[in-house]
This record gives sequence, C-alpha cells and structure tokens, in this order.
Amino acid sequence: MGYHSVVCVKQVPDTANITGEAMKADGTVNRAALPTVFNPDDLHALEAALDIRERFGGAVTAVSMGPLAAAEVLRECLCRGADRAILINDRRAAASDTLATSYILSRAVTKIGSFDLIFCGRQAIDGDTAQVGPQLAEKLGIAQVTYTERLLELHDGAARVRRSVGNGWEVLDVRLPMLLTILDTANRPRPSAARRVMRFKRARTAGEVKREVEASQPGASPGDRECEYAAGLESLKMRGLLIEQWDLDDIRAELQWCGISGSPTKVYRVQSIVLTKEGFKEVQATEEGIRTMVHELIVEHTLS
Amino acid sequence: MDAPMMPVNREGEVLVFAEQEDEHLSEVSLELCGKARELADRLGVQVGAVLPGWNVRELSYRLIAHGADRVYHVHHTELEHYRTLPYARVMIELVNRHQPQIVLFGATALGRDLAPRVASALRAGLTADCTDLEISDYTDPRTKTTHRNLLLQIRPAFGGNIIATIVNFDRWPQMATVREGVMRLHDPDPQRGGDILDERVDFSDFDLSVRLVERQREPRKVNLKAARVIVAGGAGVASRQNFQLIHDLAGAMGGAVGASRAAIDGGFIGKEHQVGQTGTTVRPALYIACGISGAIQHRAGMEESAKIIAINWDKEAPIFSVAHYGIVGDLRKVVPLMIRAIKEQA
Repeated sequence: MGYHSVVCVKQVPDTANITGEAMKADGTVNRAALPTVFNPDDLHALEAALDIRERFGGAVTAVSMGPLAAAEVLRECLCRGADRAILINDRRAAASDTLATSYILSRAVTKIGSFDLIFCGRQAIDGDTAQVGPQLAEKLGIAQVTYTERLLELHDGAARVRRSVGNGWEVLDVRLPMLLTILDTANRPRPSAARRVMRFKRARTAGEVKREVEASQPGASPGDRECEYAAGLESLKMRGLLIEQWDLDDIRAELQWCGISGSPTKVYRVQSIVLTKEGFKEVQATEEGIRTMVHELIVEHTLS
Repeated sequence: MDAPMMPVNREGEVLVFAEQEDEHLSEVSLELCGKARELADRLGVQVGAVLPGWNVRELSYRLIAHGADRVYHVHHTELEHYRTLPYARVMIELVNRHQPQIVLFGATALGRDLAPRVASALRAGLTADCTDLEISDYTDPRTKTTHRNLLLQIRPAFGGNIIATIVNFDRWPQMATVREGVMRLHDPDPQRGGDILDERVDFSDFDLSVRLVERQREPRKVNLKAARVIVAGGAGVASRQNFQLIHDLAGAMGGAVGASRAAIDGGFIGKEHQVGQTGTTVRPALYIACGISGAIQHRAGMEESAKIIAINWDKEAPIFSVAHYGIVGDLRKVVPLMIRAIKEQA
C-alpha cells in the first residue's frame, strides 16, 4: 500500500533579495548576478509529500526542469527525504513559458509512470504566475486543488482537502490521482537530517559528473575521460546517489510543444521599474507645516 | 495533445469571465467589463461576458450596464458553487463556440485556479496578474512580421522589480488574468442595451467528479479597495502599541487602515490590511504612508493613489519618490499633529 507522490520543484532567482547589480543598464535582468534559491513554496510541497509517506507509506519522487545547476534543489530534496530525484535538462526546453513547461512536466510524469498525488508549490517567486500546477493537471487529465491548506483525509483512493479561496475556505472530496498546489501556511518544512545530508551531498546528475571529470582531468584523452565518466556514473548508481537526468527525447516530448515554439506567450519588452522622481512638497514636521498641508487637502477636496 | 487549436479570428469578441459567488458579482468582473469595452472599441468588436451559475440570470443586466454587449448565461445546478472542472468545461466550450480573440479573467483566487486550466486545454497563451492591457501593433523581431492590433499584456515580474509586456500572436485566443482593483470601475449605464443568450453546456462524469463538502466565506472586514482615504503603517511604526496612532489617524479622517508587509510580519496588525503586491492594490484619493520605507512590492500596490503623503524619519526612503507630500520626521510626533489639524479644520 502507500502512495506515490511526485513533487515538482524549481530553482529560482532570489527575487526577495534583489540588489542593484540585479538589473543591467538596459533594464533587463542580470540573472548571473542573482543568487538562486529553492522556490520557497516548493519546500512546502515537498513537506506535504514527505508527510503523506510518513503517515501512509509509499514513495516521493522529486522532479525539476532547469539548467544543470538546478540539480542543487534536487540534492536538497534528497537531503530532506525524497526517495528519487529527476532533472529534466535540455537546451531545447529553454525559454518555455508556463504552457510549454507544463507539457514537458506532463511528459516527465508520464515516463515516471504510476502516481497518486502530484504536489506543487502555490507559485514560484520569479514569475508569481501560479499557472504550471493547474496546467499540468489539465495535461494529465486529473483534478486539481490549488491553494491547499490541509490534506484532511486520504483513503479508498480519494482525498479530502481543505483549500483557501481568499475570503474563506472550502473542503473538497477528490478522487486520486490528483494534483495539489500547497500554501506556505500548510506545514512547516522539516530541516534536512544531518545523516542524509552527509550521504546525499554527494549526489550528482550525469551532467555534473561529466563536468567534474573534465575539470579534474583537463589533459586526459577523450577515451580516458569517457572511462572515468562511465565509472563515476556506475559508482553513483550503485550507491543510490545518481540524480537521474532526462532530456526531451527521454520523455518523448514533441518538440513543437517545447521551448520557444511551444510557448504562445512572448516577452515583448521588459522595463526595470525606475523611480520617477518628480519631486514632492516637503512639509516641515511642525504644527504650522502640517496645518497648512491639511488645509490644502481640504481646499482641493481630497479631504472633506 | 489532440485538441484543435483555435484559428485567428479578428472579428472575435473580447470575452470576460464573470465571476459570481452567492449571486454577487465580484467587483473585478465589472472592472473587466469596462476595460473590455475600451479594448473592443479599439478593435471594432463586441464585448461578451460568460456568466455561469445557478439562478444568476439577473446579474446579466449589471454586466451589460458596465459594458457587455452579450451575456452568455449558463444555468445549471452543478454550477451553483464554483468548482474547477465544470467551470473550466463551460469556458472551454464557449470559447470554442464563439471564438473570441481575447479572454479575460480576474486574478482572484478563483480566476487564478480556473484560467490556467482553460488555457492549457485550449493550448493558448495566458499571462497572469496583468496590471494593464493595451491594443497595439507588434513586429516579431525574428520574422519581421507585423501583427496588427495585438493585446499587450503588462505585468510586474521578478518580485515586482521589473515590468514585462507580453504578447501572443501565434495561438489564439489571447488570454490574461487581471489584478483586482487595477482597472477603473466605471459608473454603470442602466440605459445600455445588450443581449442575454442562454447557453447549454454538458458535463462528463470526470467534470463532476470533485465534490464540494463544505464551504465558508468570511465577509471581508477590511474594505481597502473601497476606501477614499487609507492610512498605512510600516516597520517604522515599531510596535503594535504605536500602531494605535495609525488607527487614530484613520479614525479622524474616516479612512481605512492599511499596512506594509513588514508591519504584518512584525505582528502589528492582521494580514487582511496588507497593501502591496501580495496584498491589496489600492488607488484611494489619499494614501498616507507612515513609517513605510516603500519597497517596490509595496509601491506597486499604492503608487496610483491620487495623493500620497509619506512620513518617514529617513529622507532617503524610496517611498518619497512616489509621494506628493513628504514629511521627514518622527511619526509619533507628526501623526498627533495631523490628527489635531484635521479636528480643527474639518
């Protein structure tokens, strides 16, 4: 018995701590200058899945689509308790909008095979769209519950879920399989267990192994490198430390629905918000100054 | 992936999803009717509104008074309360039936649940949380093709640090969710004429597979959007006790109390008072920012206020960049002076 949960996680630029260097002079985002973080809401999605495994048994598979560096958030998933981690990495997936992203993730989930629950964070802090969860549910033809506050019950192939609706809440009964997006108030993510960190900090994707071999043996022949690489992979696999890495061919994604060609929305222009300093009327913090300001506001009917 | 894609339809309407709950239309739906009217007039097309529900036909007249030419009314017991799947079925069916060129939803909890599901089924582009919409020509830099009269979808991104303009021209319809309170709510015109069309939509077993067990709506106690005057406090207020000053000033002015994220995180006041990107977007006649430094996320939610007074001890605080009146000083001294001045003069 038990439930197989798939958790979708994303590595995002840390938009909460933007500094001056984050913007280039032309107003575009300087991604290289932004530190990356585990998308905060996704930690709550992972926690929800780990909690289900603890209570009912089963397994947790973490999936992320992104550049090689996104292996970092998958390592963190393993450290926090995920059983399996998969990176979807393919240049042809670059510039995917939410529709293309949800298509690619749906192909990855289909390759993973059977699942009961899919967990996503409420939204990612780089785009704040909250769209990929519902779009992924639609692509998989399963029900969705967004803004999940609590998973109340789980039995007989159905879940009872309480969700927020902004000005209140509601409780829904949903048949599995289903997709949930999780609010940050739903739970408190557990810290990584030290024992797991010691073990899984060495987890790598094939792409990372390749890079490490190239960096450590710059003078080696291509054949030697290939050997080293294959041995590295084998060793990671044996020790359960291989983060699987799939490209679009592995998940049998149709290229027309991926990347730029699969993305109907195009960015026309981007402006960084420049403060328009037209100047303000400086009011002295004195009785007289404030009385004059209030008088002006009354005269112009701003205050009645 | 076998649904047919919608062809480009330049004659197509601007379609609004009319959100109602317990027979009350959400304000954003009326705001959208007004904005859709503006866009449709630019394009020389009509405005449609989709109104799903149970016994809500009467609401059609308000949609018409706010700018709709046609209301597609879908009456069904299964639509009494919102559930994603049957509502998505309604929107997918009606978009396929009437082929609008633009489809707009309010970026409410409901709209943000529904719109992506619909967009995915239609394989259409969707831009979340727009703060402005315009009609303009667009030349694709790759092909040099000019697309006439596209919908420019303007929204903040990257935590509000940038403003992005999004277009979609190769897949239709063009879809967007629009933030509440950003588009002007125009006065209704009871003389406007329009048609109410009763539409039938059938549901599959899957569409009806999710059961609503219980629901609870909390009436919004704080109506920031309707307030003419908002007095808001931030981290500079420094304590829950000091926050009483903000309540007092709001009381003296007959205004509502707002707060920045920092004040909420500090526990000075409840989250329902939050103004800003993750809270409520407001545009009152007067906004008084007390001890609010003016992070971009906060400014994005209040900078369109008609008049802004900023009170802050730090004269470099970014809030002054959007202020009309700036008072550099200690708010514990300034606020009581303001209360006194108002009581004297009003």
